[in-house]
Amino acid sequence: MTALLRSWQSAVALLLTAIALIKMPLFAETAANAPETATVSVIVLLAVAGSVAAFLPIGRAVLAFVLLIAAHAGAWLLLSSLSGNEAQARAPFFLLVAANWLLAWACVTHLSALSPRSRPVATFLRLLIPAIFGAWILIIWEAATRGFGIPFILLPPPSAIGARIASSLPTLAADVQQTIFKAVLFGYVVGSGAGFAVAILADRVDFLRRGLLPIGNFVSALPIIGIAPIMVIWFGFDWHSKAAVVIIMTFFPMLVNTVAGLGAAGHMERDLMRTYASDYWQTLFKLRLPAAMPFIFNALKINSTLALIGAIVAEFFGTPIVGMGFRISTEIGRLNLDMVWAEIAVAALAGSVFYGVIALAERATTFWHPSVRGG
Amino acid sequence: MRRIVPVLTVVAVIVAIWYVAAVFMNAPVQRDMDKRAGVTSTTWELVEKTMSQAKPTLPAPHQIAVNFYENTVKRKLTSKRSLVYHSWVTLASTLAGFGFGTVLGIAIAVGIVHLKSLERSLMPWIIASQTVPILAIAPMVIVVLGAINITGLVPKALISTYLSFFPVTVGMVKGLRSPEAMHLDLMRTYNASIGQTFWKLRVPASVPYLFTSMKIGIAASLVGAIVGELPTGAVAGIGAKLLAGSYYSQTIDMWAALFAGSVLAALLVFSVDIVSRVVNRLMGGRPA
Repeated sequence: MTALLRSWQSAVALLLTAIALIKMPLFAETAANAPETATVSVIVLLAVAGSVAAFLPIGRAVLAFVLLIAAHAGAWLLLSSLSGNEAQARAPFFLLVAANWLLAWACVTHLSALSPRSRPVATFLRLLIPAIFGAWILIIWEAATRGFGIPFILLPPPSAIGARIASSLPTLAADVQQTIFKAVLFGYVVGSGAGFAVAILADRVDFLRRGLLPIGNFVSALPIIGIAPIMVIWFGFDWHSKAAVVIIMTFFPMLVNTVAGLGAAGHMERDLMRTYASDYWQTLFKLRLPAAMPFIFNALKINSTLALIGAIVAEFFGTPIVGMGFRISTEIGRLNLDMVWAEIAVAALAGSVFYGVIALAERATTFWHPSVRGG
Repeated sequence: MRRIVPVLTVVAVIVAIWYVAAVFMNAPVQRDMDKRAGVTSTTWELVEKTMSQAKPTLPAPHQIAVNFYENTVKRKLTSKRSLVYHSWVTLASTLAGFGFGTVLGIAIAVGIVHLKSLERSLMPWIIASQTVPILAIAPMVIVVLGAINITGLVPKALISTYLSFFPVTVGMVKGLRSPEAMHLDLMRTYNASIGQTFWKLRVPASVPYLFTSMKIGIAASLVGAIVGELPTGAVAGIGAKLLAGSYYSQTIDMWAALFAGSVLAALLVFSVDIVSRVVNRLMGGRPA
């Protein structure tokens, strides 16, 4: 009984497979390209093997490996059997998808319970587990859109989006060039730089700090993005107006965080600097700025997302005929949803890379901080 | 007094700079208009005129204030031109989205704290989801849901939900994990079940974290609702008002709408703050 409880996913998967077997075939009789009996048998056998393995006396790592193979091979076969049979799938198809999903869940549960000694294996597991989760979102998305025959204009399947990305690389590259390399990067550098400079100024003049900080905090909560149409009127349709929006959006988080960070250095350290008779700038560069780095990088990370959002949303208000926001808003008008998703995928990738680069720079700069050193 | 004076000074300086900027930015258009009308105005007359244009490049603060006053206090609340009406439309979807988002965020956080497999598979994606410029898909959500006849409040609220669940999830995971090992050990010596530990130790410990993240979440919800109103073809709401203003270059209207949005944001954050203070006091929390 405990064995059953511990691996309930496998038990349910077995049950679902059994129901699917009774209710065969996978596709309606009108299906043009129904899979051969051999393929279907392999799919069922994989599901059964995966489910039964959980009740055999084998080690956790081996079991996880078996489940990994069984669940994903089964899912792969199921998805490839869909081609030519869109919208013809019957209940057994979805039952088998669900069974494979449960096996993958069991696999993730076992993988997370592993605690490998060697470092590379641990890192690999840390990447593998979320990868399985992401893969299953795509698998279920693909199976649902093509199996149920969800209209293309509502939700295109991931495979179609992938094909679209591959076939329109030049367009996507031009959009990235316009939006990210012109508007986002320029606005990000200028906005963060200005925020940093004003923070230093506010640090020197206490009156300014006490006046600016509450305002900065307040403005950070405001929907600054609404300034976008005004900037488009002022600076025209090209990337300058988008950069202006990005500058305004990134300025305040940087200001607030830097001011907070400059207060982070401890009293002891500051006293030590005074006993060394160091002046304001020496203390700033040798003690307070390094101590403020975690705060500054926090602002840089927040700003990386804000900058992308600002530039893309500002493009909704008018652009030359290139740019990610422009592409999204026009392709929606033409109901080319696959192109919209392709653009979003590129934006997501760009956002993650942007964030990743800053995170790496943070690790290199704040190697002394407990959260990086590992404690 | 020590805290108010610097803030007021900075605000005054900003307003002063604003007036100067308004004169300089509106002057070229005004000179052009004068030339066409065949009038030569003295410098002082020019300055006065720059502050009373119908469609200025940068409206002077008092123009925005007058417009804001006319469209809030003087108009009937049900009027399509009343900013209160538009703010209400935006507020409704903000609050609906914020409500969903907070509940969803708390639910995910509870799952993550109790299920190791969920933490290791979901947490990286939750963090990655925030590096995605999610507002970019706002128009698509609206259009697609509109295609299957879901319009009005729900699509906008969905965008607000997406934007507000993340801060709540991260804050709550931190909060539910905030009890020290010593306290958790104490619960174990009492032979407390997982449920008892959760309700008697983890939940009370997480309340301050929850309110901090709710303040961020509600501001994000408002942004989501405003952006969600942009592609709906300008029906109602602050975002729609902004879009309509940008179509007809009604700059004063746009600034007034922006001001209304800011007032709304301030009120929302302020009310969360009030609730957090009250709850904190009722729970016997000490001021930090």
